[in-house]
Amino acid sequence: MSHEEERRPSPDALLEQAKAETRGKLKIYLGAAPGVGKTYEMLSDARKRRLTGVDVVAGVIETHGRSETMALAEGLEIIPKRKLRGVDEMDLDALLVRKPKVALIDELAHRNADGSRHPKRWQDVDELLAAGIDVWSTLNVQHIESLNDIVARITRVRVRETVPDAVLERADAIELIDLTPEELIQRLREGKVYTPDQAQRALRHYFAPGNLSALRELAMRRAADRIDEQVRGLRQAQGESAPWAAGERLLACIDEREASPEVVRHAKRRADQAKAQWLAVHVETGRSARLTEIQRMRLAETLRLAERLGAETATLPGAQVADTLLAYAREQNVTQIIVGKAHRSLVFEAIFGSVVRQLIDRAGAIAIEVVPEDAAHSSRSPLPFLSPWPALTSRGAAEAVSMTAAATLVAWPLDAWLNVSNLTLVYLAAVLGSALTRGLWAGLLTGFASALAFNWFYTDPRFTFTVADPDNVLAILAFTGAALVVSILAGRARQQTLSARSEARTSRELFGLGRMLTSATTEDEAASALARYAARAFDVECVVLARVGLGGIRQAGASAPDLVLPEVDMAAAKWTLDKGEPTGRGADTLPGARWLFLPLRTRRLIAGVVGVARLEPLSPAERRRLGSMGDQTASAMERAHIAQALEQSRVETEAERLRGTMLASLSHDLKTPIAGILGAASSLRTYGDKHDMQTQRALLASIEDEANRMQRYVSKLLDMTRLEAGSIQAHIEAVEPADVISAVASRVQALATGRNVTTDVEPGLPMVRADAALLDQSLANLVENALVHGGTGPIAIRAQRRDGGLAFEVTDEGPGLAPGDEGRIFDRFVRGAGPVGDGTGLGLAIVKGFAGLMGATASARNRSDRRGAAFVLTFPPDALT
Amino acid sequence: MSAPKRRLQALVVDDEAAIRRFLRSTLVAEDFDVKEAGSVAEARTAIKDAVYDLAVLDLGLPDGNGADLMQELGSSGAPAIIVLSALDDETRKVSALDGGADDFVSKPFGVPEFMARVRAALRHRLQMQGGAPIFDDGRLSVDLVRRIVRVDGADPKLTPREYALLHELVTHAGKVLTHRQLLKAWLSGEADVQALRVHIRHVRQKIEIAPDRPRYVTTEPGVGYRFTG
Repeated sequence: MSHEEERRPSPDALLEQAKAETRGKLKIYLGAAPGVGKTYEMLSDARKRRLTGVDVVAGVIETHGRSETMALAEGLEIIPKRKLRGVDEMDLDALLVRKPKVALIDELAHRNADGSRHPKRWQDVDELLAAGIDVWSTLNVQHIESLNDIVARITRVRVRETVPDAVLERADAIELIDLTPEELIQRLREGKVYTPDQAQRALRHYFAPGNLSALRELAMRRAADRIDEQVRGLRQAQGESAPWAAGERLLACIDEREASPEVVRHAKRRADQAKAQWLAVHVETGRSARLTEIQRMRLAETLRLAERLGAETATLPGAQVADTLLAYAREQNVTQIIVGKAHRSLVFEAIFGSVVRQLIDRAGAIAIEVVPEDAAHSSRSPLPFLSPWPALTSRGAAEAVSMTAAATLVAWPLDAWLNVSNLTLVYLAAVLGSALTRGLWAGLLTGFASALAFNWFYTDPRFTFTVADPDNVLAILAFTGAALVVSILAGRARQQTLSARSEARTSRELFGLGRMLTSATTEDEAASALARYAARAFDVECVVLARVGLGGIRQAGASAPDLVLPEVDMAAAKWTLDKGEPTGRGADTLPGARWLFLPLRTRRLIAGVVGVARLEPLSPAERRRLGSMGDQTASAMERAHIAQALEQSRVETEAERLRGTMLASLSHDLKTPIAGILGAASSLRTYGDKHDMQTQRALLASIEDEANRMQRYVSKLLDMTRLEAGSIQAHIEAVEPADVISAVASRVQALATGRNVTTDVEPGLPMVRADAALLDQSLANLVENALVHGGTGPIAIRAQRRDGGLAFEVTDEGPGLAPGDEGRIFDRFVRGAGPVGDGTGLGLAIVKGFAGLMGATASARNRSDRRGAAFVLTFPPDALT
Repeated sequence: MSAPKRRLQALVVDDEAAIRRFLRSTLVAEDFDVKEAGSVAEARTAIKDAVYDLAVLDLGLPDGNGADLMQELGSSGAPAIIVLSALDDETRKVSALDGGADDFVSKPFGVPEFMARVRAALRHRLQMQGGAPIFDDGRLSVDLVRRIVRVDGADPKLTPREYALLHELVTHAGKVLTHRQLLKAWLSGEADVQALRVHIRHVRQKIEIAPDRPRYVTTEPGVGYRFTG
């Protein structure tokens, strides 16, 4: 990045500022411990503010029965709480409706009762802020997510209710409510915080002077950090270069263990100190598929924690944790990897290897920091080294036994020629086979059974489990060892295969979906493609909803044709569309719902929502896979949406053009004859005597001609209008072709002055089912068209059999059709070559419309026998009688 | 109208035979010799063959715009030019007038209206060849040389801009002047049609008997103004 770019105010920084201007402002009263007077301070501020006429309302005030605080709260408007499953909770919706300027929400870290919209109060606050309401809230330092562990270490009390650091970082103001430990202890003693016996207990534990000093320091430091950040934010917005430690990037390695959140928090602190960006990554190996539900939830929770703490998160498929991690770290220019370390014995690590050791060995320039894990966590984790392997199934056991039996049978005849110890190779083959097909446990069982069988059948004394020869004891031990190693190696190879297979499946899914999406031309096609693929890939019910207009939503695709999302869930989906965050099962909002909704994001907007429902919730890996499918679909939906909008506007433009042509035609074709009539009539009236007889007669004839011309045009216009309005009904009856043709010929005779119009009817034609009047008008229009555009040569009207049907054909010897006109010549207001002003551009469109009403087709082509055009009206075979 | 010494020559260019027919009979009755043309090409031949006093040009011809003929006509006798226009020809009509056509008639039109325009155009042509520099109908007098305006003998106190407009209109009395042609009279160039309308209103208030129903300065909607003597 160049120097100048660095100093320019970053667009993101400016955007953040702009956003902050419409959002409500958050002020946090931060304290080191309960009882320092946060609520008291907040209420005093509120009173002062109310005096200046600001609309301040209390959402929640926890007075804890403290008299001074209660006195302050008096006279303040308090929104009544609402009962939720027997628990009083803040009424978020009432607050949103009341929409005060400032809302007082005590205890930011509060955890809401089950069934609330959000699990945590800080999420409620977020919604209030988004609605433009200023919020004042209180918070103790031990509730800050990244300080949680430290506080727990200081006070030996772990607080369950935490607030993400991001909330604190986004706060517009933080007021540190400071009280020296001595003063606080004094307040406790005076019974101003807790009841006397509670206070005694508190003083011995949490409120020990050492603890309080440490907590106070934490709170002060956090508040100071905050000021630092504000200054930095300001400087960035003003275009001063940010004091980034150049290129520092941290990566936290996450797994399903209980200690993982601690690694995340540690990484967050490191990143803050170094002012560095950080990533949190989970490597999904073959074993991930066999995690228990609890482990999976924990993993998802940890990833979410990292997201909340500001990390970029990723789940990487890979066979080898260390290698995958390092490859990704290099790709992302990571400078330091932070990894947790379980307490494991040296023997365990010698056998199974250690990710940490591998990382350190292969890291190269990347620094590795190992976070020691609490012994308590590790001891509780369920035999982590065994979980990677599939449990022994009865089928695996049966196969182990039969493999052993087969090996014994194969070895039997070989026994005669081979040394006894060589026979172990046969058994080893059986172990290898069973480990490869059925995994570690089956391999080990085969090894054990083989050792027994070998001992029974082949070592002296035979058919006993006693071993006489020390050589054979060695052979059995060596065999068991070899079987163990082979099983482990083969088992791992199998896992790698499985993992590779799953990776391949993922990319196959994405590829297949991608192909479907490329061919999707409408939003609904793209949505349905995603619904079908997701349903197949995750075995879920799936709906895809698309954005309608600015804030609407509609179902655009579903995995089953009769699947319609219920109204209640639609509201949750709408929430996801509006906020761009997941809702429903396993998400932060409405976690108890049956459906999980994820936003379909494009670079510009949220194009829609994908919803999935299944008995089991989606695993983090599945959620991520669904996410990448969603991303693909979102772009396809956006593309289709734009294409549809373009098509819509093209159709409208075409309609507009047609209206324009229609107006031009009206003005020209109606006005021209009127001009002739008016001119001739006024000339006759003004100069009647001066004109000679011949001139007078010519002027009168001109009036008559022009009136006729106008009449023809108006009746065509009426025909066209009636056609378009659908008010013309064809009266189908049997019509004699020869009658029609002779009628047309005599009708056009008046028009065709000095032109040769011939008729030709094939002998023995059957009657045709048609509307006599419409057919007559159609043919007359074709002849008139030929008279105007078909040069000066003869015009022929023919009726003949063609392709089993009947064809009426009008041919001329004029210039013929211009290339490309064959298709569009029947459209309204399209005029062929010829003198401008002649013809209305409607005649042929009417022929086409009439033909359609009669079940016939109209077509045009150039003659093949000579110059000229041929217009044909073709009736199908079933129209003949 | 003073009787001409020789028969006037007229060229009628229109693709509609019916219109040519009644224009011819009308002009013949008014003692013109008439030549007809149905297209730009035919008209070019006719222009080469003779010199005309009057040209009637239809704008929408099958092979082009009748106004394209104005240059050739200008170098061959400079006849009075009347353009015939249809409703959808508004812009072509105005550009023909800007380009020097004397007047226009919108189709459909009656013969009396047409002949009135023809007479005004011919008179204007005579005036340009040394006509009287003074307009005086007894109520309003405009002396174009001494630049004096009187309404019922009194000075209406026109501003320089207002006088410039009136001067231009009276100079071309009977002829329609387009907005652009009138704006040129100010020479400043910064004024727009809106300013022109305001000044015309002021001129009318100072010289007309009933400024709401103007007699001297009439409006040609969408085109410009005309001074009717």
